[in-house]
Amino acid sequence: MKFVQKTCLSAAAALLVCSLPTQAATPSNEELYRIIQQQNQRIGSLENELRKERGAAAAPNQQVLESKVKAQQEQINALADRQEAPSKLDKVSIGGYGELHYNNLDADDRDNDLDQLDIHRFVLFFGYDWTENLRFYSELEIEHAFISGDDDSPGAVELEQVYLQYDLNRSTSILGGQFLAPLGILNETHEPPTFYGVERNDVENVIIPSTYRVGGAQLTHRFGQGFQVDLSVHEGLKIDAENPGDAFRIRGGRQSTAKAAANDPAYSVRLKYSGIPGVELGGAVQYETDASQANNDALENGLLWEVHSVINRGIFGFRALYAEWNFDINDDRALANGISAAQISRGEKQTGWYVEPSIKPFEKVGFYTRYEDVEGARESDVFDQWELGLNFWPHPDVVLKFDYRFRDQSLASQSGRDFDGFDLGLGYQF
Amino acid sequence: MPETAQLRLALITLLALLTGASGAFADEETYLMPAAFVAGAFAGSPPDPQVVWLVGDLGEQAADILGHAPNNLRERYWLRNGRSVWILEEVGKEHPFTVGWVIEDQKVIDTKVLVYRETRGWEVRYPFFTRQFEGAGLTAEKQLDSRIDGISGATLSVRAMRRMAELALLLNGQISRKHAAN
Repeated sequence: MKFVQKTCLSAAAALLVCSLPTQAATPSNEELYRIIQQQNQRIGSLENELRKERGAAAAPNQQVLESKVKAQQEQINALADRQEAPSKLDKVSIGGYGELHYNNLDADDRDNDLDQLDIHRFVLFFGYDWTENLRFYSELEIEHAFISGDDDSPGAVELEQVYLQYDLNRSTSILGGQFLAPLGILNETHEPPTFYGVERNDVENVIIPSTYRVGGAQLTHRFGQGFQVDLSVHEGLKIDAENPGDAFRIRGGRQSTAKAAANDPAYSVRLKYSGIPGVELGGAVQYETDASQANNDALENGLLWEVHSVINRGIFGFRALYAEWNFDINDDRALANGISAAQISRGEKQTGWYVEPSIKPFEKVGFYTRYEDVEGARESDVFDQWELGLNFWPHPDVVLKFDYRFRDQSLASQSGRDFDGFDLGLGYQF
Repeated sequence: MPETAQLRLALITLLALLTGASGAFADEETYLMPAAFVAGAFAGSPPDPQVVWLVGDLGEQAADILGHAPNNLRERYWLRNGRSVWILEEVGKEHPFTVGWVIEDQKVIDTKVLVYRETRGWEVRYPFFTRQFEGAGLTAEKQLDSRIDGISGATLSVRAMRRMAELALLLNGQISRKHAAN
């Protein structure tokens, strides 16, 4: 019996030695599970021996075996502790999203037809936490897949966000760097699985120029179990006020914190309420001290205000947004630049709104329709559009999209841009 | 005062507000420490913690619910008179957050977000959201049997909450069977 016992204990000790030789390197979960299984078998074997010993009333050997069993359990727990211990990698976060679009649009003027396949966006984000209160966040984006050195290159590499954020307390944080302006619905949250439609809505393209990123500082404060206010000071827009074709076009005024003119800053304030599950009600104001970044030219200050709602209750959803810019334009200087009175008028007040009801009767399929009205400065940016379509989520983070759109230009000069057609999309986030 | 000087003054004022805001804004949100949450679930006198190993079939079921291998090989729990308490962590978008779950009769009877580290989706901390989980159980397919309305802009945190609820219910079922067998 003693021989059997010694052999058993030696084998157990050898197994422990063999199974735990690499304390310097943390074993993988699979390795650890294998080790635990092996050691559980040994514990079972030792327990059997213990029972036999008890049967043989060999009291001194019981103690030895019990201590061995206890030692093995401690070893297993130590290994699990090691596996579950915090790692330096816990401070790092990575992720991304992207979308592939196919557009097939038939315009009244065939020169404006679109039959195109495009990797519209490929975005990677990277973050690092120095402490629980201080963190770094960044997003790097490639648009339209291909970038070369010549002017015809369709793509672009862009920093979409890069900022440091510090939590002053649990309700209040401050950030500095380049961030997404706190405006509208899509500007901050636009991962493809989170919205309907292959293309983003046009109001949050022409009027709120998403993705609208700005450099500056922002304070966020949460209060009243559902309210959030954001105050920010940041670079202003640099909108063209000289070229008749593009004059007063908001989207063209984004500086993207790329050697951005900073002599005339802008201020944004947003208030939103999301104190009811599935409901967000919000509004924002942005004041541009000089929307062209040039004194005594045709364009001076500008003021944007917007209100929006996002409601998702049960299988039903509803989104709506209204946005309006009012710009101070010097008519005489604008006319002197060759800009028409009609374009000045359109530039002074630029508005857009949309409504988007949706229904998601199945976990993986949802249907929507959207109507939008856009009144921008350029002739081609005055239209209304109706669309309908569906999203299919094979996984919550992956989406296939289909939609059919009808666009009706408001100006007779642009009727050749009226179109209808369909879009297909593939999007993901992780 | 010239317009540009007024603007610069406004800018400086706003920057001062931003940088000095720690005193201007009170911290309205309080967290409950995990130990206090556990104690509260047992009228101030919690039982000793026990451990369930997430290995074998249970580990695989947990992985199915989470969509990834469990972060921990073991989960601690507190059990008395059919009531169990679990402190779980799961990543929303970027950071793990910590949630306490109280289970009884295979239903969630209470939940609280104990630590939240994400920069968005903070609404999941509030009772108006967590109340939706009360009374939720697990279907045969290991999914919640109650509808949980999401939060705009916090989809990933809401989904992480659902996963944690399903895991807590799964583990509660496991230990309930184990203790019943003993």
